[in-house]
Parts: sequence; structure tokens; C-alpha cells
Amino acid sequence: MTEKLLEVQNLRTHFFTRTGVVKAVEDVSFYLEEGETLGVVGESGSGKSVTSLSIMRLIDKPGKIVGGKILFKGEDIAEMDEDRLLQIRGGKIAMIFQDPMTSLNPVLTVGFQIAEAVKTHLKLDDKAAMNRAAEMLERVRIPEARRRLNHYPHEFSGGMRQRVMIAIALSCNPQLLIADEPTTALDVTIQAQVLELIKGLSKEFRTATLLITHDLGVVAGTCDRVVVMYAGRVVESAPTHTLFKKPAHPYTQALLQAIPRPDEPPGSRLHAISGQPPSLINLPAGCPFAPRCVKAQARCRQELPPLETKGAGQMAACFYPY
Amino acid sequence: MAAEIAQPYPSAEVASDTLVDVRNLKVHFPIRGGLLGRTVASVKAVDGVDLTIKRGETLGLVGESGCGKSTLGRAVLQLVKPTDGSVIFEGTDLTRTSYGTLRRMRADMQMIFQDPFSSLDPRFTVGRIISEPMVNFGRGTSQEREARVKELLQVVGLNPAWVHRYPHEFSGGQRQRIGIARALALNPKFIVADEPISALDVSIQAQVLNLLADLRDQFNLTYLFIAHNLSAVKHVSKRVAVMYLGHIVELGSGDDVYANPQHPYTIALLSASPIPDPELELTRKRIILTGDVPSPVNPPSGCPFHPRCWKAQAICREVAPPLEEKRPNQIAACHFPGA
Ligand SMILES: Nc1ncnc2c1ncn2[C@@H]1O[C@H](COP(=O)(O)OP(=O)(O)OP(=O)(O)O)[C@@H](O)[C@H]1O
Ligand SMILES: Nc1ncnc2c1ncn2[C@@H]1O[C@H](COP(=O)(O)OP(=O)(O)OP(=O)(O)O)[C@@H](O)[C@H]1O
Ligand SMILES: [Mg+2]
Ligand SMILES: [Mg+2]
Repeated sequence: MTEKLLEVQNLRTHFFTRTGVVKAVEDVSFYLEEGETLGVVGESGSGKSVTSLSIMRLIDKPGKIVGGKILFKGEDIAEMDEDRLLQIRGGKIAMIFQDPMTSLNPVLTVGFQIAEAVKTHLKLDDKAAMNRAAEMLERVRIPEARRRLNHYPHEFSGGMRQRVMIAIALSCNPQLLIADEPTTALDVTIQAQVLELIKGLSKEFRTATLLITHDLGVVAGTCDRVVVMYAGRVVESAPTHTLFKKPAHPYTQALLQAIPRPDEPPGSRLHAISGQPPSLINLPAGCPFAPRCVKAQARCRQELPPLETKGAGQMAACFYPY
Repeated sequence: MAAEIAQPYPSAEVASDTLVDVRNLKVHFPIRGGLLGRTVASVKAVDGVDLTIKRGETLGLVGESGCGKSTLGRAVLQLVKPTDGSVIFEGTDLTRTSYGTLRRMRADMQMIFQDPFSSLDPRFTVGRIISEPMVNFGRGTSQEREARVKELLQVVGLNPAWVHRYPHEFSGGQRQRIGIARALALNPKFIVADEPISALDVSIQAQVLNLLADLRDQFNLTYLFIAHNLSAVKHVSKRVAVMYLGHIVELGSGDDVYANPQHPYTIALLSASPIPDPELELTRKRIILTGDVPSPVNPPSGCPFHPRCWKAQAICREVAPPLEEKRPNQIAACHFPGA
């Protein structure tokens, strides 16, 4: 078997808070091949961002990676020293953060911030770096890119800030792109262009993309495979077509049902999943979805279903799938 | 769930059915340059918008990123000072009223901010963030406020035991719901919801949209609902306005606008909306807009959309099309409307 570009094995990331240990990521495994786009969807608060921050080794106290391996081209990121991390972070592995404002520096111009990134990783001089910055802003469709280089983040609209971050992340032609809700603040036309840009990157540089999104339309249009998370765990993974056609896990099924359909009359009730997600401090015994699951049986409340193969390329953690 | 929220105003006002009336609203941000920092140009973020929002109505607002939606929402609430025009809220022109009146009226008008990260003060606990508007307006005793905070957390699907947590301990979608809880704290009459569901998974989106609808039905709440998710907008709004480069370019019922878009920008927007079905995604036709995204500093002559429009003729470069009725109850600003 060929070596995977990224292989996350049994990752566990916990937050040690005053009120208890928050098991934000608990035994998460998945892989990514060169040029592939893997979608990550799931409940808000299920550990998607913490997983991606763990891959970047950006988990701060009181959080800690307490177990598992993060193999990037065979090298374990979880064990890497700071120097090596600095070399690959922002260069070989780039991340588009869910939160544009905390990752953009409010007192530096946007041009400076993009130029800084390319100077470090592409070894360009000042002038070439600024040119690259302007080119990147143009590619993410910011009007009058060159003039905009001198502007500060607060002078941009929500979606423009998000595009600035995308420009920074893509400026160094990364091998692995982690994109955490990269298009939430974008209108659909610009979203389509940004997704094309990311697709182009995967063609041209064989960049692999981990795409975290709530937009199942985006997943349908861009991802090769999908991982579904719930309460810190992977509950299903499948090729995109399979996931939409034959979702195995009841949580995935419920998620797909919650999408507002254009043919439904306006104002009709949407299908929210009833009940609350479990507390990550006191996870119930058994399947974490059992308390909200329409199919749950006694067994589901006692035993944790393992993530197992259910069909071609499809895995699910459920005793009573489909 | 929402039934528990007490209605502070025994809707006594027998006012007309228009709650918000926006007239020729403009917001221009100055661009300063040179040594003296003189204004050399301006960003015409909102450039002459007319809108009315009826009591109990949800008006959807969609449009390209950077076209001025958030600025319009903020200007309606006077969170940014309009350059020109007026905003009449229950008969009072907010742009001309005294500071005291405006401050009092603010309790009735709240905003759910687009960015769930920077709109929450990281130094405060969630309990304090949500109760702050109540403190500011002297509502309730501290016990009542505490109870209300817990109730609100429940309403938005968060664990009431989390009141002592700080924003950084929450995920993106959880923070967005904190912002929603804060906006609801004072039982406002009008809410500008700026991308209130963008960071939520579809199930919680459904929960929040159902909640907003319940509040509307029970308390006759009125929303300006800004979002990029066109299906969600259609779902919650009877009428939808489409904005482009500081202007409203189309407005009508959701059914009409989605089924029979008149403005080419609306047509392009609808065609780009992703469909949650991988097979349809493969085969669908999408209009990819070519041409440069225009700048609100130097808007194009004539119709602001003409440089990217596949239907543009000579007249489009010269004459700005007026916003007028193209089909019954559907207005658009285009010389060559329709498919
Ligand atoms: N610093 C922290 N301290 C305590 N708990 C935390 C901290 N950061 C995150 N968490 C918790 O970890 C869980 C996972 O958070 P994460 O941000 O990964 O969720 P997510 O899946 O990205 O959600 P969303 O879709 O809403 O962005 C959440 O329940 C959150 O409350
Ligand atoms: N404080 C400011 N100073 C200067 N320009 C500004 C300021 N705030 C907004 N702008 C500009 O005004 C225009 C409209 O911004 P606005 O935030 O209203 O857009 P939007 O439609 O909400 O976009 P998005 O969908 O990306 O959130 C943009 O060109 C933006 O750069
Ligand atoms: Mg997240
Ligand atoms: Mg905005």
C-alpha cells in the first residue's frame, strides 16, 4: 500500500478545565491521500476544529493531545519539535481558520501579512512577495487588489476577510490544506470561485484538502469522501455518493433530513434532531448518539459501537445501521 | 420552548403594519490619503437603498460578499451613521432623533452579529455577555436576569450549566448561539440577523430557524435576515431582497424571485447555489460570472452589474436602470429583465 499523505490514528485531544475533562476529540482516525478532498461534517461542537488544530499542533492549555498519532508523510506531527513544526506549518501544511479575525493581525496591513507568509516559505524578496500578495488577492476576487494591500482587516467585509485568509493559506502552494469552514461568509458565486481555486490547487500541486463544512451542498460538489463526527468521535465515513445515497448512521440520516429543501413550502417546520448533544465531560456509556437516536435499543446504551466496515468504502459506528 | 419567554410589551400600539421604513439610505466610508489625511474618495458601501419591513415579517437579504449587507443592517440600527437618507422605526426617524430617544429605542432593535468570534468579549463569561443588555437597560433583578440567561441558553440549545464558561471554550457554532441568546435577551421587536446560522450544522440551523419562526409567530417579531444560504433564506422569508454593490437590484416574494428571477445577478446567484446531492452537482449548469468584481469606490457607470453581465447592451453602460415592477409585486433594476 502506498503511504498516505496524512494519517490520523486514534487521536485524542482533551481540555482540562475546572469543571472536568472535556473530551473534545476521542479516538479519531482517518486518512487523506495526495490530491484528495476529504469533507468533515458533524454536529456543532463535535470536535472538528479541535481535530484540525491538533493536526497543526495549535492546541493550547488547558488543552492537550493525550493520545494517538498524526502522520504527515510518515512523520508524527504529535511528536515533532518546534523548529520542525515552524518549517512545515504555513508552508507544506496550511490552514484556513474558522475565525478570520483572530488569525489576522488587526494592526498590520493585509498586504504585509500575506507577504510575510510567502517570504518565509517561498524565500521571496520584499518586492516579489508584495507582487505575490497582490496576485493572491486577485485570485480570491478582491476588487482593486493592489490598492487593498494597504488596508487593515477591519476595513474589509466579513467575506473579504475570509478571502484574505484563504489567500494567505494558498500563497505557498501547500501539500495539505486544512480548511475550517472556509466559505461560510461568502456568497454562493464567490464560494463557487474559491472552491474552484482550491480544486485547481489539488490538480496542479496535488494538494490534499481537509474541508470542514456545514454546507452539505459544498460537500456534494467538492469532496471525494466524507467523515461524519459526533461528540468527539467519527461515527461514519464514506465516499460522498454513498453517504448521500445510503447513509449508514442514524445521525448522518438525521443530518441529511435537516437540510431545507427548495421545494418545501416556506415556513414549514424543519427537521431538527430533538434533544441535546451529550456533555463531553460526562459522556454517556454506550453510543453517544443513543439518547437522541430513534433506533436505539438497550444494547446501544451499554456498549460503544466500534467504527466498522458496513459497505464498499463505508464505515459506521452503529449496531443498527441503515 | 419559546412559550416561556415573557412578552414585555402588551402590544398596545395600534400602528400601521410597517415597522421599518428605510428611505434613500446611504453609507459612504471616507478613504483618507495624503499627508493631511484628507478624504480622497469614499467607499459607497450602501448607496441609496429603499426598503420597508412589515411588522411580523422576515425580509431576507442576499447578495455578493462585500455588497453592503452588513453595513445596511448596521445603518438601519444606527450602529454606523448613515451618510444620507432616513430610517423610520415605528414612526420615529432614527437618523434625526435625540440621543436619549435612540438609546431607549435600542432595546427594541437588536443585532445578531455576523462574526461569532470577535463579537463576544473574551474577558467575560457567557452569563455576563448574555445578561449585559438587561443590565444596561435596568431590566430585572440579578436573580431574574440569571434565570433569564439560563432560559435563553436552553432556548438556543446550549447547556445552562455553561454560564460560567468563557467564549474561547466554545466552538464556532456554540458562540454563534450565544450571540443569538444575547440578541433575544431584551425581547426586542426587531432583529437584524446577520448570517445567524452560517456556523451551525444543518440540524442546529433547523433548530434556530424554527426558533426564530416561533418567536415571530408568538411575539410578532420582525427580522431582517441576512444570509448566503439561499435555501435557508427562502425558507424563513416571504420576501427576499437581492443586493449588488450598494443597491437593491431585485425584490419580491421568495417564490417569485427564485422561480422567475428578473435581474441577471439574481439568476447567476441562484445558479451558483450548491445542491446537497452529488449527482445533481455533477450535471447542473452554473453561471460563472466573468469580469472584474467592481469596486464600491469607483462603481461602474450605468448599471453597476454591466461589466459582468452577459446581456449588457450599450444602454446598460450609460443609464442606471430604475428599480421598477417587472412582474406583479416583483421589482428589479434591469433594462433586460428575465431569463
Ligand atoms: N479551550 C477550551 N476549553 C474547554 N472546552 C473547549 C475548548 N475549546 C473547545 N472546547 C470544546 O470542545 C468541543 C469541540 O469544539 P470544536 O471547536 O472542535 O467544535 P466544532 O466541531 O469545530 O464545532 P463548530 O461546528 O461549532 O465549529 C466543544 O464542545 C467545545 O465546547
Ligand atoms: N469601517 C469600514 N471602513 C471602510 N470600508 C468599510 C468599512 N466597513 C465596511 N467597508 C466596506 O464596505 C463594503 C461593504 O461591506 P459590508 O461588510 O457591508 O459587506 P457585506 O455585504 O456584509 O459582505 P459579506 O457578505 O462579506 O459580509 C465593503 O467594500 C467593505 O470593504
Ligand atoms: Mg469549528
Ligand atoms: Mg457582512
